[in-house]
Amino acid sequence: MIPGMTLNRKYLPILVTVSLFVLLYGAASVAYPYFFSFRVFYNLLIDNSYLGIIAIGETFVILSGGIDLSVASVIAMTSMISAVLLEHAHWSPAVVIPLALAAGSTLGLIMGSLIHFFKTPPFITTLGGLYLSRGVCFLMSIDSITINNKFYRGVAEARIHLIGGFVSVNVLIFVAVIILAIILAHYTKFGRVVYAIGGNEQSAVLMGLPVGRTKVLVYTLSGFTSALAGVVFTFYILSGYGLHVDGMELSAIAATVMGGTLLTGGVGYIFGTVFGTLILGTINAIIVFQGTLSSWWTRIAIGVLMFIFIAFQTLLAGREARKSAAPPKVQVQGSGP
Amino acid sequence: MSSNPKALLTRFASSKLFWPLVIWALLLLYNLAFTKGFMSIEIREGNLFGSLIDILKNSTQIGIIAIGLTLVIATKGIDVSVGTVVAIGGAMAAYLIGGRLVIVNGVQHYVSNVPMVLAIAGALGITAVCGMWNGMLVTRIKMQPIVATLILMVAGRGVAQLITSGQIITIYYAPYFFIGNGHLFGLPFPVYIMVFMLILTVIVTRRTALGLYIESIGINPTASRYAGIKPETYVFWTYAFVSICAGISGLIVSSNVHSADGNNAGRLFELDAILAVVIGGTSLNGGKFYLGGSVVGALIIQTLTTTIYTTGVAPQAAEVVKAVVVFLVSILQSKSFRDLVFRTVTGRRRVAVQ
Repeated sequence: MIPGMTLNRKYLPILVTVSLFVLLYGAASVAYPYFFSFRVFYNLLIDNSYLGIIAIGETFVILSGGIDLSVASVIAMTSMISAVLLEHAHWSPAVVIPLALAAGSTLGLIMGSLIHFFKTPPFITTLGGLYLSRGVCFLMSIDSITINNKFYRGVAEARIHLIGGFVSVNVLIFVAVIILAIILAHYTKFGRVVYAIGGNEQSAVLMGLPVGRTKVLVYTLSGFTSALAGVVFTFYILSGYGLHVDGMELSAIAATVMGGTLLTGGVGYIFGTVFGTLILGTINAIIVFQGTLSSWWTRIAIGVLMFIFIAFQTLLAGREARKSAAPPKVQVQGSGP
Repeated sequence: MSSNPKALLTRFASSKLFWPLVIWALLLLYNLAFTKGFMSIEIREGNLFGSLIDILKNSTQIGIIAIGLTLVIATKGIDVSVGTVVAIGGAMAAYLIGGRLVIVNGVQHYVSNVPMVLAIAGALGITAVCGMWNGMLVTRIKMQPIVATLILMVAGRGVAQLITSGQIITIYYAPYFFIGNGHLFGLPFPVYIMVFMLILTVIVTRRTALGLYIESIGINPTASRYAGIKPETYVFWTYAFVSICAGISGLIVSSNVHSADGNNAGRLFELDAILAVVIGGTSLNGGKFYLGGSVVGALIIQTLTTTIYTTGVAPQAAEVVKAVVVFLVSILQSKSFRDLVFRTVTGRRRVAVQ
């Protein structure tokens, strides 16, 4: 094998993701005038910053071989906590924001602990987290609460001028999260342990890596990023409501998968997830630009793209496995029926 | 031995159905004590009405899906697309039936677009295709079940809305309403559908070797293959089967509310159905499955929901109670937790292999 070839193969899924984004954006630019502009691209970032942030947290969880279904509901919970504390209790944002972040992280910590100490399936445990955080919203209020806080209004309306347009504060937070996440995933011990657990948890334990601590931390991290996305989303939408971003956990998983992260864990890049998010955003933007296309085509398009990606990944992974694995030995356990 | 009542009781206490039934009984007892008129059943026009009957009737929507899902989970799979398939099935049936009221010589006639039998066949047909699609992704392309079914879960809502053109289709065809609202011998008709599906599935899996095959695939697919079982074939058909179950549930839902909503029908059904199966004692790690347990699980969820509604708490708070149940069930099923409790109770390590 030529070393260059192996490198290529490793980066193949992410290359496909980036090319698909370029292709999609390019095709839209040809089809619709004004699509190829700074403003549209900046809007893409503004409208998808919270999705990108939860997708990054989700990527860490999926890299470790787990799954987190609670991400979107934590956004709703954060928006609700913020709205109630700001509008009804008149607390200062300096207290509300750290409190909201702590709430999300605590939920993540609890779920991570259950998953690690009691070996509960991540799917069911985080499903419990989903019900819990949505339920907590409705316990606080069943109506949508508008936020009129001065600071929140100020952040929402702040414009950071760049070439050919402007972005919001949210985009800056998103970019900061991307950079920090890339450092955390690829240049720290924590990141390497996450990859090791996703690759093979048994081996990671035998290597003496802090598997338990890392697993709990991964869910705590995802809880934190979800709460941060919640803060960002609250800046964006300026209201608290229990039904906000209903079902967005699936978009987060879709963005991660389209970014080339394998749901079996151990393989993937934060960078890919960012592009996965942008692809989802572009599909939505195209539907808006097209104007006559009904909104349900978004779902069908996302479904079709997900299918193509996962089929491609699965076939690729299957070929790798067949190539590297020796012919399977016959392992019959016990006698047949 | 089985003639001995004491032995029978011990056997019952050690069966997997025991704990779900105890939980259900406790819930019913709570209601008996604290909810007024909970147990009262009245007869109106020869049909039974009351809270208990309502619970029985409403649990069928989840219960029927849980029956099919039990088999999928037994093969170590999962299907998160069932809620979407409910919407597709309902949308297809509503689209095909449509229906209008025609008055000929002062007599009301209900006219449907196509005969009802054909519409039902069409709805179940399209859901079967959905299931086969899932089955193909899992067995041929070898995707992880949760990912494979996630695709249909996302895209299928779009398909359902495509069928209904993004609107809520209202059905004007009275005979169709019998599926969800009709009564037969005093009991709601959907209950018979659920009982029929349960008996059918129990007979097919337990009176033949099929159930054993499915369990062995869930426990060890490689070993099953060497024992001469083709895992692909059986796994494929379990996915087709659960989708048909979801389609039947879709018929009940759409007939119940006289309309089909591609966006909201069957919302979160997948989570409730998975919860019902897990409460029923079937492990998400595959292997042994308990069809009766799953139906009791659906009854427990419905009783819980009704209890919350009748105690006057905001309906939305039901989600918090559900969350607590999810956490409790997953902790109770965890082996490390059981070992921990066992150690604390007996003061020594567990020696026996289960």
